[in-house]
Amino acid sequence: MIRFLLDGDVIEVEDVDPTGTVLDYLRYALRRTGTKEGCAEGDCGACTVLLGELAGDAVAWRAVNACILFLPMLDSKALRTVESLRGTHPVQREMVERHGSQCGFCTPGFVMSLYGRSIGAAGTVGAPVGDVIAGNLCRCTGYGPILAAGEAVPVAAEDDEATVEALRALRPAYGHPATAEELADLLLANPDTRIVAGATDVGLWVTKQHRDLGQTVFIGDIADLRQIEEEDDALTLGAAVRYSEAREALARLHPDLGELVRRIGGVQVRNAGTIGGNIANASPIGDMPPALIALGAELTLRRGPERRTVALKDFFLSYGKQDRAPGEFVESIRIPRPPGDMLYRVVKLSKRFDSDISGVCGAFALRIEDGSVTEARIAFGGMAGIPARAPACEAALAGQAWSEATVEAAAQALAEDYQPLDDLRGSAAYRRRAAANLLRRIWAEQHEPVSVLDG
Amino acid sequence: MAEGAVHQPLPHDSADLHVAGAAAYVDDLPEPPGVLHLAFGHAEEGHADLVSLDLEAVRAAPGVVAVYTAADIPGENNVGPVVHDDRLLADGEILYPGQPLFLVAATSTRAARRAARLGKVAVEPRPALVTIADAKAAGSEIEATQVMARGDADAGLAAAPHRLTGHLEMGGQEHFYLEGQAALAIPGEQGQLHVISSTQHPSEIQHLVARMLGRSHAQIAVEVRRMGGAFGGKETQAAAFAVACALVAAKTGRPAKFRADRDDDMNSTGKRHDFTAEYDVGFDRDGRIEAIRITLASRCGATVDLSPAINDRAMFHADNCYYFPAVEIVSQRLKTHTVSNTAFRGFGGPQGMMAIERVMDVIAAHLGLDPLEVRRANLYGHGRDVTPYHMKVEDNVAPELIAELAERAGYEARRAEVDAFNASHKVLKKGLALTPVKFGISFTTTHLNQAGALVLVYADGSIHLNHGGTEMGQGLMIKVAQVVADVFGVPVDTVKVSATRTDKVPNTSATAASSGSDLNGMAAKNAAEIIKERLDTFAAGQKGSEEWSFAELCRRAHLARIPLLATGFYATPDIHYDRAAHSGRPFLYFAYGAALSEVVIDTLTGEHRVVAVDILHDVGRSLNPAIDLGQIEGGFIQGMGWLTTEELVYDDRGRLLTHAPSTYKIPTANDRPARMEIAIWERGENVEATIHRSKAVGEPPLMLAISVFSALTQAVAATAPGKGLPRLDAPATPERLLAAIDELRSRNDG
Repeated sequence: MIRFLLDGDVIEVEDVDPTGTVLDYLRYALRRTGTKEGCAEGDCGACTVLLGELAGDAVAWRAVNACILFLPMLDSKALRTVESLRGTHPVQREMVERHGSQCGFCTPGFVMSLYGRSIGAAGTVGAPVGDVIAGNLCRCTGYGPILAAGEAVPVAAEDDEATVEALRALRPAYGHPATAEELADLLLANPDTRIVAGATDVGLWVTKQHRDLGQTVFIGDIADLRQIEEEDDALTLGAAVRYSEAREALARLHPDLGELVRRIGGVQVRNAGTIGGNIANASPIGDMPPALIALGAELTLRRGPERRTVALKDFFLSYGKQDRAPGEFVESIRIPRPPGDMLYRVVKLSKRFDSDISGVCGAFALRIEDGSVTEARIAFGGMAGIPARAPACEAALAGQAWSEATVEAAAQALAEDYQPLDDLRGSAAYRRRAAANLLRRIWAEQHEPVSVLDG
Repeated sequence: MAEGAVHQPLPHDSADLHVAGAAAYVDDLPEPPGVLHLAFGHAEEGHADLVSLDLEAVRAAPGVVAVYTAADIPGENNVGPVVHDDRLLADGEILYPGQPLFLVAATSTRAARRAARLGKVAVEPRPALVTIADAKAAGSEIEATQVMARGDADAGLAAAPHRLTGHLEMGGQEHFYLEGQAALAIPGEQGQLHVISSTQHPSEIQHLVARMLGRSHAQIAVEVRRMGGAFGGKETQAAAFAVACALVAAKTGRPAKFRADRDDDMNSTGKRHDFTAEYDVGFDRDGRIEAIRITLASRCGATVDLSPAINDRAMFHADNCYYFPAVEIVSQRLKTHTVSNTAFRGFGGPQGMMAIERVMDVIAAHLGLDPLEVRRANLYGHGRDVTPYHMKVEDNVAPELIAELAERAGYEARRAEVDAFNASHKVLKKGLALTPVKFGISFTTTHLNQAGALVLVYADGSIHLNHGGTEMGQGLMIKVAQVVADVFGVPVDTVKVSATRTDKVPNTSATAASSGSDLNGMAAKNAAEIIKERLDTFAAGQKGSEEWSFAELCRRAHLARIPLLATGFYATPDIHYDRAAHSGRPFLYFAYGAALSEVVIDTLTGEHRVVAVDILHDVGRSLNPAIDLGQIEGGFIQGMGWLTTEELVYDDRGRLLTHAPSTYKIPTANDRPARMEIAIWERGENVEATIHRSKAVGEPPLMLAISVFSALTQAVAATAPGKGLPRLDAPATPERLLAAIDELRSRNDG
């Protein structure tokens, strides 16, 4: 059973299908049809809803895609849908006034994203409206009126007192593990259990591949796994820390990490997806691993009471295969803080800037002392079956003078490091050429602006 | 003039419902009891003989109620619009990957989709023609190559002082309507069937269902209140889903609903045609064209669908705004073993226009001239006013419109700024281009240019409006309501717009070709004026009638037995076309526009951004400026997506690899240019007697985005000055831009 709050009412759902989606439940059980299915894979935002959970004396709201949100993930949360706003919210009135809807099908999703922004929901504070709605697709308007509607509504926290009270009174009903220890015990006893964190990838196994996930465990609410520890020398993120929660700490580690996170999915995906999940499912095109490998990040893996540490670069064995034993799970990731004299850059290349998967993602960590490169750690995604370091390129840099000639030699050495593939995101030739040019761009940016995203 | 009359910037009639999530689309309607949910079993293999279908596991799957194949179809197995070659379910031969092979009806959508994956399909693969080049080499066509000509192109080319040849490729485009294909069929008595479909063409679905079931048109009622986007993708492509529902409803006696999964939708429905264009152009030292031959070829896919008309429209727009003293336009329509390409906003026009705009850039680069000067030198004008299809251009406003945009956007100064930027930057380069649009308005198939409307006035003064046009977000309903409100002199909210239904207005044309308000607005005006005249005549004989409210007038007219209902009709005048000769007056008029785009590219990665856009667009006298501005902006961004981020990738068997938004990238809010100035041309007024002298606006603005592609070409050219114009094909992805840069730089000087 799950128990959640919907517009002040406690809703209990018996015999929950663990992989039933919140979207289908809203549309076909509750007949709340304002929330739409556009893609059923978290890429269009037509199904955007707000989830709230207690955060001290307040409610922390976040916009998520209901299409890939499994029902157990609703347990003990508050839910708001477009119907909750009754057509009268300033966001809705501005959308009408500014002609922000044409066909109207994507509109409820935009309304919910902009509503989230108006109450300071996760991942929206300080973000331009364009970033807030980058996970919502509209095919009719060209976005101008929607952006204007968003700008027109001021950000102000809502009075959530009643919701706070109701959430406090709401007892969890599903039986998610409450601690990392409970999770460890559960996985030790049932090593085949499918771990679900944000379901931004696993969700598609169900909605698109129609896979049966077997036994599942949901780790998104385990407080132990949601710790963010910022220390002088490193940042440690629990495995269930969501992108939007980690972004500020990552940006403090280095601005390029903040920018990289901004370009992973849309707000809704970043509000569900976790960095631990992105690593643990070992997608060859995951954006975070190269950036973290270049910084020398380490994982803590846990099996029962036992823990071990493995360098992130060594965790990925081959395509789809990781160094993770049955019953073992990623508990946390430790990311060393780049020293002040380190030149660190992360560049993601994709067909579209926002909410796209990279064709090539390059991360460069260079220590330059007295005009020489003393250390070089370079990693790429999209260039091999796994995120991987570039030893030949690194060797061409290390110990050499920091010069255009060195950079050119290192750029050419990349050809020895990778044999990329042709696929729908780019040809092997483009990947090789662009990867080498990313290094050249790092040299060029010392003298002039190089990014079309600047200015 | 009454409030709510024409020319007012009123909100969309459903805007309040849209924002509240209360606007109902097909899948939002309350489900009738016993409804079955449908899914197709799709071909994974491309071109193949279908040897056998073992559906035992499908039938045995949980929740499955019925499974049908081609053999179960009582009447005609066809969902094709003109030529009856589109099978609802494959029969013997699989023509393309994703083709529906069998149909599953189950108690839930998930059950239907899961079961649909359990079919055991035995096939004998056959060679697949996938690309334009494959089909050309095999001589595989959906119809004979068409030629449109005026003057002696060969002689003109031979005599011209300058001559250039080249070619350009353009990718297709997925519609990506946010609401996927959906339909619901509810059986009634005496063989009647009520079909609710997300379609631009309810009458066609009515006809297809009738033929498939062997019933009369009068037994089938098709309804559509609104679509969640269409863009041409629900003109013919909605049919398979609606006809499938009709089949299940007829067979089982239960209501049946089909809501297509996004991936299945993208795999199995048609898209914009990809094209190649070759040109051979002769011109003088000012860049003025003396003769030109343009050879177009398109991938039509496996069946005919609307490809003949789409390719005709590509030919009709290969002149864009320019006069050709001698011209030959050749058009090859290639049949491939890929999903059948279909209507998409612009309907071939964008591809034809891309070809000639490339030619303009090539000529300018060759002569070292400003591309805008070359464009202006070639515009239609006095004594240079006959199109390649022998139609005289009588409403040419392109020269004025271009001059006004160049002035207001500061073209000359901007060009200098871009040159200065490029001189001082090595990695980033900018490009700027101003391109015009002239788009012909009318269905080129003449008989489609008709519409009907039904206006009912009730005794309380409220008005019920119905017409044959469908609402897909373009604001048709509010525009036509404004027209009717204007006739009666009442506020627009007095007029209740209603779902389009084939049992209210029969024999309708698709809502397509940007014609919705032109045709239905006139038909509704006709109906309203009939009633208005009766009311006026009645009132004229009544004392004190000038004091009556409209409601009072209607109440008294009813008591006086005045008929308060009327049908209206409109048929576009003055159009004719001889297709065999490709000659005539296929269009009532032209819609014009122009756009100036400024882009910046990263020459190391090929990434780009559109930094500024200025648009001036002619909508005649706008029926509703707010709606029209929305069409202009939305069309531009959609066109920009087609030419930049939206890339359809197929494998060598014709399987689409980019069949979901995770891999097929339409623009997001952050792709909208940082500065975008859009203006409706204030002096615009249709010289033809269209509805309140307005002009159609649905399609033309899409082609304003050609300015983005041209600007990107100029930015690439700036990476190697003096080496000419780069080869660049569409979409201009980072990969294509980087390849174009490398190709240009590798050229020998001169």
